[in-house]
Amino acid sequence: MKHRNLRIETPHSAPRRGFLRTAGAAAALAAPALYGTSALAQQKQYPKLGNYPDGVSGDTVTAGLTLDLTGPYSAEGNGQKRGFELAAEMINKGDPRVRKISPLTKEGILGKKLVLVVGDAETRPNSAVQAATRFIRQDKVMMVAGSVSSSVAIALQNTCDRAKTLYFPIISGSSDTTGKDCRRYGFRLCHHAYTASKAIAPVLAQAYGKNMKAIHLVPDYNYGHSIHEFMKKFTEEQGWTTIDTPQIHPLGATDYSAYMLNIANSGADILINHDYGADAVNSAKQAFQFGVLKNMKMCVPYMPAYMLEEVGPEIMEGVYGTMVFWHAYSEQNEIARDFVEAYEAKYGAKPRDPEHNAYMTTLLWADAIERAGTFHPAEVVKALEDSINHKRPYTMGGEAYFRAEDHDGAANFTIVRGKKPSEIKDKDDLVDIVAVADGVATLPPVGYAGCQMTDYT
Amino acid sequence: MPGIGLFMSQVFNGLALGILLSLIAAGLTIIYGTLGVINFAHGALFVVGAYAGFSTYMASGSFVLSIAAGAVAAMVVGLALERGLIRRFYARPVEDQILVTFGISIVLVEIIRGIYGGIGQRVPVPSWGEGVVDMGFVTYPLYRIEILAIATAALGLCWLVLYRTRLGLIVRSGIEDALMVRLLGIDIQRAFLVVFGVGAAAAGFAGMIYAPIVSIVPDMGFRVLIQSFVVVVLGGVGSFPGAILGGLVAGQILSLTSLFNPVYSDVMLFAAMALILIVRPQGLLGVEGRA
Repeated sequence: MKHRNLRIETPHSAPRRGFLRTAGAAAALAAPALYGTSALAQQKQYPKLGNYPDGVSGDTVTAGLTLDLTGPYSAEGNGQKRGFELAAEMINKGDPRVRKISPLTKEGILGKKLVLVVGDAETRPNSAVQAATRFIRQDKVMMVAGSVSSSVAIALQNTCDRAKTLYFPIISGSSDTTGKDCRRYGFRLCHHAYTASKAIAPVLAQAYGKNMKAIHLVPDYNYGHSIHEFMKKFTEEQGWTTIDTPQIHPLGATDYSAYMLNIANSGADILINHDYGADAVNSAKQAFQFGVLKNMKMCVPYMPAYMLEEVGPEIMEGVYGTMVFWHAYSEQNEIARDFVEAYEAKYGAKPRDPEHNAYMTTLLWADAIERAGTFHPAEVVKALEDSINHKRPYTMGGEAYFRAEDHDGAANFTIVRGKKPSEIKDKDDLVDIVAVADGVATLPPVGYAGCQMTDYT
Repeated sequence: MPGIGLFMSQVFNGLALGILLSLIAAGLTIIYGTLGVINFAHGALFVVGAYAGFSTYMASGSFVLSIAAGAVAAMVVGLALERGLIRRFYARPVEDQILVTFGISIVLVEIIRGIYGGIGQRVPVPSWGEGVVDMGFVTYPLYRIEILAIATAALGLCWLVLYRTRLGLIVRSGIEDALMVRLLGIDIQRAFLVVFGVGAAAAGFAGMIYAPIVSIVPDMGFRVLIQSFVVVVLGGVGSFPGAILGGLVAGQILSLTSLFNPVYSDVMLFAAMALILIVRPQGLLGVEGRA
């Protein structure tokens, strides 16, 4: 049941939340004169495409954020908002830390102040598409970003591709986003079902041995089926067997008792929990309450950012998962340190995956525009596709770029394990980093997931 | 076919879920029966109860105190809403009542989101509810069995008030014929205010006892609200026993359908509601013409 259908809110009709027009606080204080016109004068002229040149005819450039501010992924959506706001503030201020990733950035992007407009995607493709359409038509945005659900990401990617407007999913676990549903104007930085499964399966086999029987708990939508398929494949390659009754449930379920009883009676050694957001929290809690975790290990291959504190360490102890980013890595990585320090200074907390992905994506987008020397969408796409020749230092070590063939992000990510309650020092000390997965080595072979790229114009 | 153990455990699940729905729907149906208001803010009061209980738990560590706090907070908010806003809509068309209560629910949920954020909050299962019970044919979480007992006791209390006290007599008479009760010189408004408070408290109480099973999030009330409306329709609008029976039936429909295909559990619930509306529009225990 889609209880959210009851809401009298559509992004189309001036929602109660409204849009939040935000720009970085420092940028708001800065005089418009700071954003010189010299960069403009240097730009070549390109033919009209998408919102170019109308969207950049003034002193500002606008990015439209389709965020899940309500719905089962609202925590992640709000986290993304903070990441975008931090990045916009740093870009507009000309923070020197930005130049480590986007060396040509001075203040703003090509001298224009970055302005953010925000709409609530409600974790529903229809709402997200309405918000994006409004951003493209009314706000003349040059970029749309934001997603937690892959169904939302894929719908937005289609919409933006048709409008020749860049789109960046921020969290999208389905491999289809850069596979069979890839689009010329969509770029995904985060890891996904294939890469996460390929990275974690050997770690699980090393931890638990080769003779494990696994049962899968699968949310019934694009991402769930995608990661189920790949975890099955990669764990079976490690010698594991799969119990052939995956527990498939609707997205947003609150009662997992039937699934837990089936899992408890399945004879499995490990529960592979593919849920995300509130679903992951509810299913993990109920797995514990039904005694499933007494006799069975649990693994959350695509671990939601806030699951650890929402579920609690007594349940998450020893649970393996992958995450894009874990803040403790800032102790050994300069780019991560820059990000964590800037985030803590602004928000007084440690950032997680949603904040991180939004921040890094915005910086890499700005870098591509600066390299292209124009906001012309096709030129920015080409600059992003050329990022293999302009790899940028990354928070989880190594360098990041987008693969030209399918726009899949080649960026390291982390494999973590929940800490014992007795070892936890503070509220942000929740996991051990078990390994850092190689962002390039874990990518699927080009063409593996059936990407057929669309045209530039 | 599922084994007897699995079947029985789903029957238990259905009971636990059903009794919880009964508790929430009882508040909803009494408020509708007496005041004629379809209270769309009832789900938000459920959320208020859960969050108030969560805050109390964080401050005190006492689960029992948290349940009381959840009920009291929802009651206070409910009464403030009734006095401040909803009573002005008693004489207004039903569409206005729906809009105002729906609006209230949005405001309440967003206030909660503003205070606590979108991240799910955690209330652990109380120490006296930890572990599982091996009943021979099924192993079942102790806390869910306790929910069954707690919610049954709460419903029993409501029944005592409604059927064994003077206040209850006034309320039940008011459901049947409010004008006649007024003509007898009884201050029915005060009784109705108490009814609203008790209905809200039941929702808040249910919110807190449900909290350890799920993650507490601002949107948790919407699904519960819709299921409770179905329960009210199944049992009969304005009927307290109907809310209990409707809750139990709904719980079993949701849970036994899950046994075969969980995706269809909500569909079956609505199908049952449609069937009832066709063959017995007044609901299982409802009185014709009351709604």
